[in-house]
Amino acid sequence: MSEVLIVPTMAEMLSQGKQPEVLFWVGCAGSFDDRAKKITKAFVRILNRANVSFAVLGTEESCSGDPAKRAGNEFLFQMQAMTNIEVLNAYEIKKIVTACPHCFNTLKNEYPELGGKYEVLHHTEFLKSLLDDGRLTIEGGQFKGKRITFHDPCYLGRANNIYEAPRDLIQKLDAELVEMKRSRANGLCCGAGGAQMFKDAEPGNKEINIERTEDALETKPDIIAAGCPFCNTMMTDGIKNKEKEGEVKVIDIAELIANAMDL
Amino acid sequence: MGYLSSILFAILLAVGFGYFYLNIKKIIRNINLGQEVDRKDNPQARWKNMAMIALGQSKMVKRPISGILHIIVYAGFIIINIELLEIIIDGLFGTHRIFAFLGTFYDVLIGSFEILAGLVLLAVFAFWTRRNIIRLKRFASKDLNGFPKNDANYILYFEVVLMSLFLLMNASDLHLQNIPGGFSHYITAGSYPISQFIAPLFNGVSSELVMVLNELFWWLHIIGILIFMNYLYYSKHLHILLAFPNTYFADLNAKGKFNNLESVTNEVKLMMDPNADPYAAPPANENAVPSKFGASDIQDLNWVQLLNAYTCTECGRCTSSCPANLTGKQLSPRKIMMDTRDRIEEVGKNIDANNGVFVPDNKSLLNDYITAEELWACTSCNACVEECPVNINPLSIIVDLRRYLVMEQSAAPMSLNAMMSNIENNGAPWQYNQQDRLNWKNE
Ligand code: SF4
Ligand code: SF4
Repeated sequence: MSEVLIVPTMAEMLSQGKQPEVLFWVGCAGSFDDRAKKITKAFVRILNRANVSFAVLGTEESCSGDPAKRAGNEFLFQMQAMTNIEVLNAYEIKKIVTACPHCFNTLKNEYPELGGKYEVLHHTEFLKSLLDDGRLTIEGGQFKGKRITFHDPCYLGRANNIYEAPRDLIQKLDAELVEMKRSRANGLCCGAGGAQMFKDAEPGNKEINIERTEDALETKPDIIAAGCPFCNTMMTDGIKNKEKEGEVKVIDIAELIANAMDL
Repeated sequence: MGYLSSILFAILLAVGFGYFYLNIKKIIRNINLGQEVDRKDNPQARWKNMAMIALGQSKMVKRPISGILHIIVYAGFIIINIELLEIIIDGLFGTHRIFAFLGTFYDVLIGSFEILAGLVLLAVFAFWTRRNIIRLKRFASKDLNGFPKNDANYILYFEVVLMSLFLLMNASDLHLQNIPGGFSHYITAGSYPISQFIAPLFNGVSSELVMVLNELFWWLHIIGILIFMNYLYYSKHLHILLAFPNTYFADLNAKGKFNNLESVTNEVKLMMDPNADPYAAPPANENAVPSKFGASDIQDLNWVQLLNAYTCTECGRCTSSCPANLTGKQLSPRKIMMDTRDRIEEVGKNIDANNGVFVPDNKSLLNDYITAEELWACTSCNACVEECPVNINPLSIIVDLRRYLVMEQSAAPMSLNAMMSNIENNGAPWQYNQQDRLNWKNE
């Protein structure tokens, strides 16, 4: 794609004497994982279109520490957290948006006690606020009538009680939102949380992502909407395992919105 | 006879409540083996949680069948307590149905007790069937083999006996009330929607014998209640008491928030501050036990986690929603709680046997009860925490044990070690260079 993305860094902003409205925390997956990078770009396209003044930390960003903390390495977590907090506080960051529920959770809940107090939003919440404020409008019925099911990320849903923002956005697409038998507070994990993403599963009789993909496929969806780069990977693998990649796509909500806006 | 039975009754009560008191004291002592944690903030929200979740059973009804059945049995339990008041007064002072003077109100009271007793019998029958005939998966799991399975059934049998005695007691009383001209102290009082159908059983039996039977039912009923009360200590049924403090002291934070270990914060600050003089930091408390990172045994857990373990009802709602368990892995959050309680009890007995001090027994919660394999299977998804009808948090114990494995024993799975050294060296869980973080922008 020859598109031009406008992605200022905090350092650039500072040198121009500017302070952005919001810091976009990209996260490790969003920075390095090929699939997740597409989500990052889709989100930036929307921010650009809506004229949101934002910036990223770029090379000054480091792992939030979430996987270290869930794995039990509190030392490493706090080292990461304090390093990040130093950077964030030096830039006087007030508001952060991120497309990763794991970064979202740890920045929002675990950083404040260590000296990092910010208003933290998941990108679905932020997108919803843009729509509500009229800074963003969605037109075009590219998803009209499509069956979309939403997989609740544990760290957005149960961990932080955010269930409606992603659903509201899907509804804006004129799509048919179909719920899995386990959803919202009863949603089933994709299998990646708690640092499971980085290790083999313990012996059992099934992989968790397969169990979850079966929940999703029961709804006969055209699209499985995701709100987390890790869920995205897990569900995509599940779909491949079931040889359904021709019929069912796993798409992040930011990508759905960007596509609906023809971005 | 009058005085004698009063005295006998007083002794019975003293023994029943005395033994109960001793066991409660033991539970409190054991819970206090845990580390301090502040759960006194925001009393308003805490009372509300307790009212909604323990008193109001709001989380029980998320599974409607067991929820409604449970509410019936729970109401029956409360009623036994109200009724207990009358029994105690009657027993101590040799009176009979002391509250009868309440008139219509008394009729309504006794009438509703009866209806509830009948419903409890039905509910208990349904519960028993679910456990023993239908064998619901969460009750047939291997976590419950042995005592826990029997424990659940014993309680159901207890309920049947207690409710039956209550109804028989009322039925015989009603029979005696109806003897023309009055019989002994059996005044006409109360209304008996259920036991009126049992009363005809006594027709043709001599009044003296019915009176003896009535006394017998009355005594067995109160003895049954006292035994039941003292059985609680050994049973998952302790939850009928502990659900209240447990919901009160539950974590009020977002479920995703794990605590930040303070001991670690201090060390990290020292490491990160180039000006800090490591020798200047005074030990916070001379008598403090050198703190361990994470938990390997129950003394390292906090007291709320220990209270959680005593409160667990072994209902298995957590396990039946756990993604690891659902896919056949070793982990069962219910087992985590049961293991913790078993270990607390073991440590408690050790303390009792050694004049109040714990003598190391070369065992620990980690490894002897809970294996690393179970711990590493957890996705930290919080489904167990969400499901628990009494606000228990199995995940917090899992995380504390993992912390010990990682920070004290460096015993993480290899792949996790690789992930952690990547974070340490590259600021990302994968092997990418931090300098490449913004490359996506131009790709
Ligand atoms: S948090 Fe862990 S133990 Fe609890 S349900 Fe999820 S995977 Fe199971
Ligand atoms: S932890 Fe809670 S949900 Fe799990 S068995 Fe115990 S009481 Fe039931």
